[in-house]
Amino acid sequence: MEERKQNVRYVHRTEEEYPDRLKVHRGMPKGLYVIGRLPDPKRPAVAIVGARRSSVYGNEIARRFARELARAGVQIISGMAWGIDGKAHEGALEAGGDTFAVFGCGVDICYPSGHQALYEKLVERGGVLSEYPPGTPPRPGHFPMRNRLISGLSDLVLVVEAKEKSGSLITADLALEQGKDVYAVPGRLNDALSRGCLSLIRQGAGLADSPRVLLEALGIAEEKDEKQRNKEQSKILLAKEENIVYSWIRLQPVSLEELIEKTGFLPGKLLPILVGLQLKGCIREIQKNDYIRTD
Amino acid sequence: MGPAKRRKVAIFHRKMSGFEVFSDCGSMKCGAIRGITGVKISFDTYVISYRKECNCGKTIQLQEKKMFSTVRSAAVIGIEACPVQVEADICDGLPQFCMVGDLAPEVREAADRVRTALRNTRIAFPPRRVTVNLAPAHIRKEGTRFDLPVAAALLAALRIIPEEGLQGILMVGELGLDGSIRPVSGVLQTVMLAKDLGCRACLVPGENAREGAVIGGIQVIGMCSLQELLECLLSPDTWERRAEPFENWEERREAYQEDFREVNGQLGVRRAAEIAAAGMHNFLMVGSPGAGKTMIARRMPSILPRLTMEESLEISMVYSACGLLTDGEGLMKTRPFRSPHHTISPNALAGGGRRIRPGEISLATRGILFLDELPEFSRGALEVLRQPMEEGKVVISRTSGTCVFPARFQLIAAMNPCRCGYYPDRERCQCLPGEISQYLHRISRPLLDRIDICAETARIDYKELTGQWENESSAAIRSRVEAAQRIQKERYGQKNCRWNFNSQLPSSALPEFCALGDEEQKTMEEAFEKLHLSARAYHRIIKVARTIADLEGEERIRTTHLLEAVGYRAMDQKFWGG
Repeated sequence: MEERKQNVRYVHRTEEEYPDRLKVHRGMPKGLYVIGRLPDPKRPAVAIVGARRSSVYGNEIARRFARELARAGVQIISGMAWGIDGKAHEGALEAGGDTFAVFGCGVDICYPSGHQALYEKLVERGGVLSEYPPGTPPRPGHFPMRNRLISGLSDLVLVVEAKEKSGSLITADLALEQGKDVYAVPGRLNDALSRGCLSLIRQGAGLADSPRVLLEALGIAEEKDEKQRNKEQSKILLAKEENIVYSWIRLQPVSLEELIEKTGFLPGKLLPILVGLQLKGCIREIQKNDYIRTD
Repeated sequence: MGPAKRRKVAIFHRKMSGFEVFSDCGSMKCGAIRGITGVKISFDTYVISYRKECNCGKTIQLQEKKMFSTVRSAAVIGIEACPVQVEADICDGLPQFCMVGDLAPEVREAADRVRTALRNTRIAFPPRRVTVNLAPAHIRKEGTRFDLPVAAALLAALRIIPEEGLQGILMVGELGLDGSIRPVSGVLQTVMLAKDLGCRACLVPGENAREGAVIGGIQVIGMCSLQELLECLLSPDTWERRAEPFENWEERREAYQEDFREVNGQLGVRRAAEIAAAGMHNFLMVGSPGAGKTMIARRMPSILPRLTMEESLEISMVYSACGLLTDGEGLMKTRPFRSPHHTISPNALAGGGRRIRPGEISLATRGILFLDELPEFSRGALEVLRQPMEEGKVVISRTSGTCVFPARFQLIAAMNPCRCGYYPDRERCQCLPGEISQYLHRISRPLLDRIDICAETARIDYKELTGQWENESSAAIRSRVEAAQRIQKERYGQKNCRWNFNSQLPSSALPEFCALGDEEQKTMEEAFEKLHLSARAYHRIIKVARTIADLEGEERIRTTHLLEAVGYRAMDQKFWGG
């Protein structure tokens, strides 16, 4: 803890390093405590926020959007909370992009503590920042406050999964006040976790059905659709039976039992195929015998 | 001894039962007895004897009659029986019943039970000093099994039954005040000990007779009352008739009440269960509440190979020592299924206590130990399992001694994917990712390392719940399991290995018995890299693949076997929670 404290820098509003994106708004902090870097003002930044109790599907979507955006050079900003926030950081890190976390506590405190590994990576390869001095414990009141920084630091806010009353919607509201674009990932009508996003879309938020939509909004031209090519490649490599199994696996987790029912394969035959697909990187086992597609 | 002398002695005995004539005057006409009361001539301190003058003026010597006898019995320590000699002596002195020999209170209470039981069998208890010793005196004797031998020893000391009639007999039993004989625990090992000691017969309570009779090669006679004991000991020629008939084990074997036929769907878990049974692999089921985890675990014993006589004896020993054998049943007829509650203490699981008793793991030996809600078990309790799982036995040391109990159980565990049990269904599960990983981390890593197979029980739908399905029966699965186990036993038996099953293979023996071809090596390498397997996980996968190959009767492990085994690996905790 002490060691971490020593790494903390204080960047005052008057300093040049203080993000320009914050200077234009009112009510921004006098200074920021930082470990690592601050977002590059010249490069685009996207905030990805969402539910803490997110679904596997939401996690996967958050990670994919973050990965694709980071690959295109976009900086990913979020709050390192459980769920969507954490997955967004992870996705960006996977793509080797820059990602920054805004804390509702001192930057020397890893909150939630289960994100220790992620925290270390963020400090090393991106940055963590906070308006609260080192040692400040996480308090409920701090988190809505830090949301204004998350939206303020980014050019665009993407909400992946949110319930009807969600902190992410506060971030979206703040973003609108700050004049930022808000995008939401649509979900199924009957899922509690898509209510927030759907109501945002109804209120006029952008509909983020692929990362490309966001890149276009940011004015970044996409070079080549690598994703599409990868997919085609993997499909060619799949054997007939593998393809049958693969076709039943979606982004929603599907269990071994459901696959047995749908494909009609016996477990002794199906399981080797599933593991084979895993080894080929086509699917992922998110929990014992629950599979989702990767790409 | 002439007839007159015999009569003299007899009369003498009637008058003064504590003394017998050591030497007499030699005169046939002398009525020595008449003058005997009264004058004491001398007292010999070394031999307790009196000298008296008889009617014809000669000195005769009277020696105190020896009123001593011994009976063989046995104590049960842990699950082992050890011989105990019950000695009874009756002598002059204040009326007292004194029991010695490191006795627990319940053994000491035998005095009152025996005295009353004798009286209620119409046998007068002598108003004299009675001393009973249970030798060897340094072993702590517990339980109520010594009532019967104490009573028998007294009867012999009182010369009601001939002492030689007790030769070569070992007996245990509890007495009721009315003289009835009640069942005791640990009869199985007692009879076995009697056989080892070369006894002619073993007398046990009537209700335990069937239990004892399974040993064979020794007469086991069931006694229901003290009266019956008297009759039996007075006429050894009836023993043959009274002895419990030896029963053939095959006839006794009983089918399991639960059958895999009742499990609808769940094909994945059925397959995993079959593999687990075939290689005696420990098995973890993950699934939502009500998905049928307990239902499947309960049916595991029915697909394990049929119980052999030796296995049944091993199990029954433990159950007999704990007094858990069903009334009137000699042996355990089915493999045990033990399902302790998750609040169980480490001692109750492993065994222990002031009087060392086998724990749940020993009661589950040669059967299934089912731990439902695995993460809810205390860490201490789960840690206790590790060493017995490796060694197949558990050593319990207490101040009162050290006991070794068998613990060759197969562990079947079940758990929810998260505390509420519904993850990854986010409509129902409200657990934070941190809470989910915290829940999973409750299971100790070393224990998880000993679980070879992990499978998910799927959420069941209405069709599966109510439908009348044509499912495979336990018997069909068992025949495949038995075939696979035969292959394993042959393979390891040929090389004189100390293990019988694939799950027991040490990693050093893997290259010999689980050699992989080039293609298979490449697959494993890929899996190792891509799925971040640990060295232990790698070994477990190979062992499970060996079992799958054995189930299919294949000599070599093939890629599909390996891939399927990878699918059953226990998930690495850091990848849980999405």
